[in-house]
Amino acid sequence: MSKAIRFILNGETVEIADLPPATTLLNWLRYDRCLTGTKEGCAEGDCGACTVAIRELDAEGTLVTRPVNACIQLLGMLHGKEVVTVERLASPAGALHPVQAALSECHGSQCGFCTPGFVMSMWVAYRSEPKPDLARTNDLLAGNLCRCTGYGPIIEATAQAYDRPRAAWDDADAEAAAGRLANLAADGALDYAAGGKRFRAPVTLDEFAALVEAHPEATILAGATDVGLWVTKHAFDPAQVIHTGRVAELRAIREVDGALWIGAGGTYAEARGRIAALYPDIGELIRRLGATQVRAAGTIGGNIANGSPIGDMPPALIAAGATLVLRQGAERRELALEDYFLDYGKQDRRPGEFVEGVRLPPPEDRGRLRCYKLTKRFDQDITAVLGCFDVALEGGAVTAARLAYGGMAGIPKRAAHAEAALAGQPWSESTVRAAMAALERDFTPLTDMRASAGYRMQGAKNLLLKYFIETTQPATATRLVGAGAAVA
Amino acid sequence: MEMRDEIRAKIRDGADEPRRHDSADKHVSGAAVYADDVREPRDLLHCFIALSAKARARLTKVDLSAVRTAPGVVAVISADDIPGLNDTGPVVHDEPMLAASEATGGEVHYAGQALYVVAAETVGQARAAAKLAIIDYAEATPILTIAEAMAAGSLLQEPYRMARGDARAAIDSAPRRLEGRISFGGQDQFYLEGQIAIAWPGEDDAVHIISSNQHPSECQRIVAHILGVAAHAVTVEVRRLGGGFGGKETQGNLMAAAGALVAKATGRPAKVRLERDDDMVLTGKRHAFVIDYEVGFDDAGRIEGIRFEQMARCGWSLDLSAAICDRAMFHADNAYYLPAAEIVSYRCRTNTVSDTAFRGFGGPQGMMGIERVIDEIAFALSRDPLEVRRVNFYEPQDGPGTRVMTPYHMAVEDSVIDRIVEDLVESSDYAARRAEIREWNAASPILKRGLALTPVKFGISFTTTHLNQAGALVHIYQDGSVMLNHGGVEMGQGLYVKVAQVAASELNIDLDRIRVTATRTDKVPNTSATAASSGSDMNGMAVRDACKTLKARLVRFACETMNVTETEVEFLPNRIRVGSQEIAFDDFVKQAYMGRVPLSATGFYATPKIHWDKAAAKGRPFYYFAYGAAVSEAVIDTLTGENRLMRVDILHDVGKSLNPAIDLGQVEGGFVQGAGWLTTEELCWNQRGELTTHAPSTYKIPACSDRAPDMRVRLWAEGMNRELTIRRSKAVGEPPLMLGISALQAISDAVCAAGDYAMYPALDAPATPERVLAAVERVRGG
Repeated sequence: MSKAIRFILNGETVEIADLPPATTLLNWLRYDRCLTGTKEGCAEGDCGACTVAIRELDAEGTLVTRPVNACIQLLGMLHGKEVVTVERLASPAGALHPVQAALSECHGSQCGFCTPGFVMSMWVAYRSEPKPDLARTNDLLAGNLCRCTGYGPIIEATAQAYDRPRAAWDDADAEAAAGRLANLAADGALDYAAGGKRFRAPVTLDEFAALVEAHPEATILAGATDVGLWVTKHAFDPAQVIHTGRVAELRAIREVDGALWIGAGGTYAEARGRIAALYPDIGELIRRLGATQVRAAGTIGGNIANGSPIGDMPPALIAAGATLVLRQGAERRELALEDYFLDYGKQDRRPGEFVEGVRLPPPEDRGRLRCYKLTKRFDQDITAVLGCFDVALEGGAVTAARLAYGGMAGIPKRAAHAEAALAGQPWSESTVRAAMAALERDFTPLTDMRASAGYRMQGAKNLLLKYFIETTQPATATRLVGAGAAVA
Repeated sequence: MEMRDEIRAKIRDGADEPRRHDSADKHVSGAAVYADDVREPRDLLHCFIALSAKARARLTKVDLSAVRTAPGVVAVISADDIPGLNDTGPVVHDEPMLAASEATGGEVHYAGQALYVVAAETVGQARAAAKLAIIDYAEATPILTIAEAMAAGSLLQEPYRMARGDARAAIDSAPRRLEGRISFGGQDQFYLEGQIAIAWPGEDDAVHIISSNQHPSECQRIVAHILGVAAHAVTVEVRRLGGGFGGKETQGNLMAAAGALVAKATGRPAKVRLERDDDMVLTGKRHAFVIDYEVGFDDAGRIEGIRFEQMARCGWSLDLSAAICDRAMFHADNAYYLPAAEIVSYRCRTNTVSDTAFRGFGGPQGMMGIERVIDEIAFALSRDPLEVRRVNFYEPQDGPGTRVMTPYHMAVEDSVIDRIVEDLVESSDYAARRAEIREWNAASPILKRGLALTPVKFGISFTTTHLNQAGALVHIYQDGSVMLNHGGVEMGQGLYVKVAQVAASELNIDLDRIRVTATRTDKVPNTSATAASSGSDMNGMAVRDACKTLKARLVRFACETMNVTETEVEFLPNRIRVGSQEIAFDDFVKQAYMGRVPLSATGFYATPKIHWDKAAAKGRPFYYFAYGAAVSEAVIDTLTGENRLMRVDILHDVGKSLNPAIDLGQVEGGFVQGAGWLTTEELCWNQRGELTTHAPSTYKIPACSDRAPDMRVRLWAEGMNRELTIRRSKAVGEPPLMLGISALQAISDAVCAAGDYAMYPALDAPATPERVLAAVERVRGG
């Protein structure tokens, strides 16, 4: 048990004992440490100018490097981890790292303000995966906005960095990092208090459960991709935080009794591969959820637990028939995911209870479940309408239909009337048109800055039609982006 | 003296070389210092600007006493605490800097208007304290839209008219006619570095300001009159901006003034850094327009007469709207000869943020009107829009001069648009792709593709003639190193390196001998904004002028001391030939210093030939035109309206490029920004007049994947400015943005395909999925 927040910054161990635990990493870097290479562009995790890398050891002891938005990382979350900023990348003698040299020489910076963030996203990719193709590069950089270049030179530099001589100092530092982190791991749980604020990061699931039960008023914090914005945008300063990040059991993603168990603390990035193997289109949906930095920090459990009507995971998981496991102390209960969402801002979670994980059953027919996310921009955009559909057929007739929508009501919700209109009917365009009409009885969507009520309703209907076309006319091109895109 | 440069035939990184941005290595290593990166002084105060909650109201009560006594608060500045003039208007004084007065209340004209300033030990304290203010609003119904303003006659200025010939008669007598309306939104600059200023109090009435600002001289002037001090008391310094795009031409002055007021009131340095949401709510954007058009044309699509009514949403104050709306009128023709034209401009006053400069400065809006007209004429005649474009182009340069006159009575003498388009049509394989897309569409019921080529002709010069001047300051030190300073602001466009390359070539020394230092009002005074794409044109010339002065002095020194004639002195790469002797540049400079030759010079430039008669709406507002063209291919989903660009081909004329790498970056980046304006970037206000898209979570500029996967950008190899610009280059900052209009037109073409080309889509912008789906339903008769 540690009373101080201890982590590694650019190779040096730092200890924080008196700052508010909800201080953002970005503000601490810039104004306490005078490391001003990391920039603030939006303070909401949407522009990537503050991208830094987090290194930690996974359950197997392997070094994992992730890009995160420093603006919405709270200091308490860093306990036991290593933070790498842009200042760390050049050699001790000042030679640029291959990603920096590539970006500079490809004319990848103009005003330069977004550049350190891009450098860090590129660096994490460079250290973590093989040379990306264009589609992968777009995904890697989707969380970094550039207003000057039009991205071409940055895309070029991302690949070009791989063709340059490796940086020996950087490879050596990665090896050293594993040792540094192993030493820090001995710290175990964190119980930090400063200025009347408490930040706890337990290590075992039982400790976590006990703490949540004992402190039902505490804010449960996972990746802070939502709570972080309460802090930066709404001056939220929680008195008590209980963090999921150090509870390895909460982050587990594994097969249990034929279903996929997704621990509530598992990030989108960690879960995506396993989910995509079962439901390819949910994998594609996760590809478009947030961006690399958000998916590296945000959790599937958090996306469900906060009950947002525009969270993308609930409709997809509801369509797949997922169940939710809630836990209070030692007690667990399991409910259909759709039953968790009671009303706008209201979920079936009792004081002292927390989301432990999601049970995702395997599909009857891999590829039958489809997800359609409507946004103004394809990447890193919050959903206007999300439709996730799974319709089972037998002899050409509908035997079961799960139509789940996001953005259409105060909660993620199944379209009961539309489902009823499909039930037992032949899977034909006229049946689908009847179901489309029935959506009018299921939903009364709102108008906001993302879309009008009219567009939401029309979109919701047309997505169902698109699902019908995709399932009955597979040769017809229907997708603009992603794996199934018919145009390239 | 030690061994110097080897004898080389050419200097390193002179003008014309694709030299990297001078700060590139600092950008990638995080070492480039932006305003907020300047090490904070120990006693720094942090300021928060409180914003109006209402769009249109009288302040019946303003009580800031609780703000003053809140923890950490050191000063509260309201309208009552301004020693000079409470106004930030750059052209006319219609823009109170701070709206709230405890003595008299005040008025607010948009939701987000600056009320007062709180300075505290931390920014969190300042923000928290502002919540304690008691402000009572007596609300009136706000005027939010162009339609509402037009209906209410709410205009900032009298309508302005430009005309040539009798448009009415020409339209009426033309074989064919059509009329319509296009409406499109504004655009947030979304510079990645938000608005910021830091002010240090100096001796007496002096104040030193670091501001993220495209117009240091105007910032100086406005801060001086707000403080009630002479301009010499205010120094504004700008090393670099994290993006400007016009959004820091006038909009940074409020922050600078707020910092200065606090610094002078407290004797402590003060920082004003806007958070993104406040920045987007408080500061101006690109003007939204509605354009009504009426056109008469012949069966070939040739325009005979045209009328435009351009209605611009300007917001609550004038700011730069007059010049912006003028420029929209100047670009109502784009690259097309309009034999008879009438353009009327309405500058609507609305209870929204005062819209301001944004790359293109009205030009893009003006072009949107004519590009729509051309497209619609083509549809009406069942012709490829490219044909209609071509028959309407201005006559090529060196032609007979019959189709050259603009609606503002300036002859277009340098048109190369026909040659650029011809080249691009071929290189983009336009015709074959047009046919292939038609075929593909016939077999694709859900997705539809579209193709469009649009040209750009953009006038270069400030249309406010007196702004076309620039100054420079060049020092040569005893060791032969050169310090360069000019009035231009580096905001990412590569101005510093381009101008340094000019100096390197002029002095014939390697670029790495030259350092460009931060732009400061105490080094070069009375400068114009770095705007109107004029940065390299004007500052390059001013620097050249200074270099010429220095060279003349050095030549004279050589003649006087070494007994040669002027023709025997030659500036070779990094050395000087004097008679038969070659002397290294630094040695020669040292000798000149010993010979008491002044090694510092100022330079100046005033753009020639231009003049403008506002009353008659006639003249030559532009020194020359820049040209370019783009072919965009888009695909839409007819069930959802989602859309994306698949391929873009661009050919752009930068004259003889000062730096092809930098210029290419401007072209490519400009296109993407223009395409963003017309596709994903949508500004929304609710019925109360509150901006609801005030952060990147809701306002969507292009992301990496929005760039067309196949993008082919070229500078026009034959480019050469006919006018005597700096090394025959052309300005490049703004023109490429308007290449993005091709993206909208390609989407429109795809929508047209969705209706089997039976109905014109009349697609408005931005082409969000919602607008595209509505257009699809329309052309399908839904």
